Parts: sequence; C-alpha cells; structure tokens
Amino acid sequence: MESIGVLMTCPPNFPYLVEELEKRFTLYKLQNAPDKTHFINSHKNSIRAVVGNAGFGADAELIEQLPKLEIVSSFSVGLDKVDLPKCKEKRIRVTNTPDVLTNDVADLAIGLMLAVLRRLCESDRYVRSGKWKKGDYKLTTKFTGKSVGIIGLGRIGMAIATRAEAFSCPISYYARTEKPDVKYRYYPSVIELAANCQILVVACALTEETHHIVNREVMNALGPKGVLINIGRGPHVDEPELVSALLEGRLGGAGLDVFEDEPNVPEPLFGLENVVLLPHVGSGTVETRKAMADLVVGNLEAHFLKKPLLTPVV
Amino acid sequence: MASTDPQESVQELSPLPKVLVPKIPPSFCIIGEEPFTSTKFQYLKAYESPLPLDQFLATHAHSVKAILSTASAPVTADLLQLLPAVRLVVTTSAGLNQIDLPECRRRGIAVANVATVYSADVADLAVGLLIDVLRKISASNRYVKQGNWPTRGDYPLGSKLGGKRVGIVGLGNIGYEVAKRLEAFGCCISYNSRKKKPYVSYPFYENVCELAANCDALIICCGLTDQTRHLINKEVLSALGKKGVIVNIGRGPIIDEKEMVRFLMEGKIAGAGLDVFENEPDVAKEFFALDNVVLSPHCAVFTPESVKDLSELVVGNLEAFFSNKPLLSEYVDE
Repeated sequence: MESIGVLMTCPPNFPYLVEELEKRFTLYKLQNAPDKTHFINSHKNSIRAVVGNAGFGADAELIEQLPKLEIVSSFSVGLDKVDLPKCKEKRIRVTNTPDVLTNDVADLAIGLMLAVLRRLCESDRYVRSGKWKKGDYKLTTKFTGKSVGIIGLGRIGMAIATRAEAFSCPISYYARTEKPDVKYRYYPSVIELAANCQILVVACALTEETHHIVNREVMNALGPKGVLINIGRGPHVDEPELVSALLEGRLGGAGLDVFEDEPNVPEPLFGLENVVLLPHVGSGTVETRKAMADLVVGNLEAHFLKKPLLTPVV
Repeated sequence: MASTDPQESVQELSPLPKVLVPKIPPSFCIIGEEPFTSTKFQYLKAYESPLPLDQFLATHAHSVKAILSTASAPVTADLLQLLPAVRLVVTTSAGLNQIDLPECRRRGIAVANVATVYSADVADLAVGLLIDVLRKISASNRYVKQGNWPTRGDYPLGSKLGGKRVGIVGLGNIGYEVAKRLEAFGCCISYNSRKKKPYVSYPFYENVCELAANCDALIICCGLTDQTRHLINKEVLSALGKKGVIVNIGRGPIIDEKEMVRFLMEGKIAGAGLDVFENEPDVAKEFFALDNVVLSPHCAVFTPESVKDLSELVVGNLEAFFSNKPLLSEYVDE
C-alpha cells in the first residue's frame, strides 16, 4: 500500500501516528510544507486519503483540490472541521474516533468541575508562592451534591452524568429531543437548563445549530454562582461574552478545554482565580491517543483493503 | 464569694453548663460563632482570657464537663488532670490524633468526632488531586496562563484514569467515599486497613507494601496514629514504582516526606497530590520545581457547606450530652 498517498492536514506532532502511517502509506505532511498550495498541487494525484484532527480537517476548498480523495480519517471524534455534505456529495468516506476517548473527556470534565469549585490550581499556586506561611487559603465550594446540567447527552454527556452521579449530583440535560429511557430531568431549552443547574457542561457536537449555544442570556441564567465547563468546541460558547460575564461577575466561574481560536486564549482570563484554562487536552493521554491513532490507521487500512470501515460517519 | 472577675460572676449567676474551648476553632472564624451556639450550654473561651491556660483552668474550669477540641488544641493527659469533671470531648477536626484517646478511655471520657460531615469534601479533594496529577490540570493551566500555548505548542500527554488500579490506605468513612467515586471512573479499587471490611468486596491487602506493588495509585485516607507514622516509607514507595502516583489527604507524617521528595526528584515515582505535609505550613521547596506534584494548603474540609454541617453536629452532640441523651457521633475505637 506504500504507493497510496495520505495527506496529513494537522501538525505531525504525535510520533506514533506518523510512524504507523508511514509504515503503510506515503505520508504527505501539509504543515511542514513551505508553500501549501504548491505542495497540494504537486501531490494531488497520489493523495487518496486525508488525516485531520480537531483543529485541521478537510474543508470544501481542500476537497476540491484533491481529485483522487476517497476517505477522510479524522484523529478526533468531532467533525466540525470536515465538510460532511461535500464528502457525501463526492462519495468520500469519513471516519472519526468515537468511544476510545469518551472516558478521558468525561474524566477531564469532572476534573475541571473539581478544579474550579475547589480552586485546585489556585491553591496550588498559593502554596508555591509561599503565601500559606502567612495564612490559610480561603473557603472553596463543595462539589458533592451540586446540580449538573449537560448540553448534549451523547456518549460523552452520558459518561459525564454517570461520574457526576457518584458525587450525588442531580443531573439534568438539554438535547435536540428528549431521550425516552433516560432517568435525568430534561429541559427543552438551554436557557431553562442553565437557570436550573449550578454547573453547566457543554458536551454536544459543533454544528450550525449549536454555534454559540451558550450565549449571553444562557450565561446570565447560569448566574453569579454558576460554573460553565466546556469540553466540546470553542465556538459552542460566545467567547467575548464569556470574558465579560466573568469579568463582571455575572458568571461564577469557568473550566475551559477549548476556545474559539486555539491556541489563542483571551488574556483577560489569565488572572481570574475562578477560571481554569487547559490547552485542548480532553483526549490527551498516552493510552487514548494511541487508541485513536490505531482507529485512524485501522479505518484507512480497512478502506484500502475493501473491508468494512471501523467507525464510519459518512 | 465576691469576685472582680466579670467572667466568674457571670458563671455563678448562669445555670447553663459550660463547654471549655481552649483555642478558637477555625470554623468559628469561618462562619462565625452563632451557628455553634445553643440555649442549652455556654462556651468558656480560654483564648479570650489574658491568663495562661493552666491558671485559667484552675480558676474557672473545675466544673467543666465538656471540651470543644480543635486540631491546634491538644487534649492531653496533663490537661485532663486539671479538669476532673470532664466527661466529653467534642472535636471539630477530622483527625483525632491531637486527643489522648487511651487517657480518655481510662477516665471514662466520651469522644464525639465529626462523623461524616467532612467525608464528601475530603473525598472530592482526593479525587480532584488524583485527576489533576494524572491529567496535569494545574500544570497545564499554569502553562496556558503563562501564555505558552501559542509559542511552545501542545502540552505533554497525561495518563488515563480509567482502568487504573487504585489502592486506598485506610478504608474508613473517607476512604469508602473515595472508592465509590473512583469506581464511577472505571478504577479498580483495593485497600489496606487495620481490619478487613466485611461490607465491601474490594480486594484487601494485609500489608501496605503489597498493596502498593499491585496499584498504580495510592490514596492515603487513614488517621495518624503511632502505627501509621511514616507508614508510607522507602519500601512502599519503591513498591509503588516509577509509574505510581500518591495522593495524601490524611496527615503529613503518614508519609516519610524526605523519602517522597527524593523519589519524586529522582523520577522513581510519577507524581503526587498532597493536601497535608509533615511540617505545615512549611512545604519542602523541592516540590516547587516539580510539575508532576499538586500542592494544597490543608483545606480539604474548608467549604461553607461542610462547616455549616459541622456546626449542626457539634451543637447536636453537646445538646444531647447535656440532656443525657446518646451522642450523635460517638467515636468508638474498633
């Protein structure tokens, strides 16, 4: 299969994925090319697959430039960076990495809740700065028993719910439609959900409908004691509104793993002790990234061996 | 007898039984004294008197039947010697290591502990510290807030919590709450405790070294006693190994801190999450250079919710005692 060209549109940062792809295919690393347009043009007739990630996918423009493209295999579960209608139209297959990262992302969501409510990062800073010698750190907020509202009750949303239940947190959710066999309380709008929970967590897919699903009104409804957790996609939240809600105290706190323009994070958030900022590490464990890479490679192999795809979306 | 000491005059007139408070409890400072007051008893606050404690006690405390103890006010045999009428010690701290329990037993003095009022908060902190260490939350938050993400790229990968073998050292109220929470994350729980607990099905290890050898993470949830001082020593840390992580929400002296620092600096264990230290608030400065250590200033119990629950329990225990009813949370050594 060495003659099959695979274009990696995301930075070639994960050695295991790069190695496994290079063992089987001819790998073209777009991010290393000094002139990307020229690079694509030079290799377009050998490129039959694209590998992208949460940050870099395959938009309509790229798809049009690759006449031999048969499959897009994303190193992520979110596909907001892949033009799915375009792929459908051109009969290009699309795969992602569901399930293998569900637990890590859910773990991180709870980790962010604990970090914000119990001020883990700030009190670590307090000790490191020597301030503990001068006096105790102030009170933080109890997590057990706080009500948790989940936007999107898919795999990740459900995994967050079962973890939060172990802390006796009452769970409620918003989804496009109510789920029949789910015991959690359903709210038909995000704003009602926000008004009725203390911790609101974004766990849905990013689509045109869910863009800025957490807007100023939702943040006001969540309120000065409410905490927003985002492990979905940056564009789920109106970021400038989030910054002003936090600076003005209309929102009680935030734990964010994703941002509208990664890796750029609004600097006014840096000095806030009720905000925890992570560099998009939801699936960022050695174990899970390896499992994701295996899925990417496995899907590509299956496709080129004319076997059923492992995790197709289109 | 006539006295110019206003406190003594008040005592002679007032029929309310007295509860000695040697040092101001942190919780009085946190939510005020009002939630701790009752119409059934009054506090005798030694800390408000200019007299040194033993003089104060000699003058005022001959009739005191109960003591409100805090972590910084040890109840020693010497203190009890000065208080012949004491029949109850109520504590506001999760630990009992500041109370001479054998002496209390000898004198027939009951001890009321905090029962489960703190357990959820402490368990939450233990889980938070474990997730923080494995997923590098504090370290990567620092990285982002220092502006490093755009310039230095992605942060190094963490380690998955699901499937980790977690060893709980001390499966009391707190240890049990930690275990229940971590099960929801897909961790495999095992434990070491003074005795096997019949009500759990987690694998029991009779010795903590063996527990460490079979775990990826150790969570220290036991009390500090003569038997548990430096329980986590060089042997246990070696058994835990290079990929092992330790979380301590018990008491600093349970771990041989010098050894732990050495193991961390030499990469012989993978990380630590610590709320307690051997010599608080002094913390070994070697920790400050380590990104795989999360430090917390002994604040596992300090939420307004827990302190409110504590005040209700303290008042409940004292009121029960003074009406000859059973205590709400009598400590009975197993």
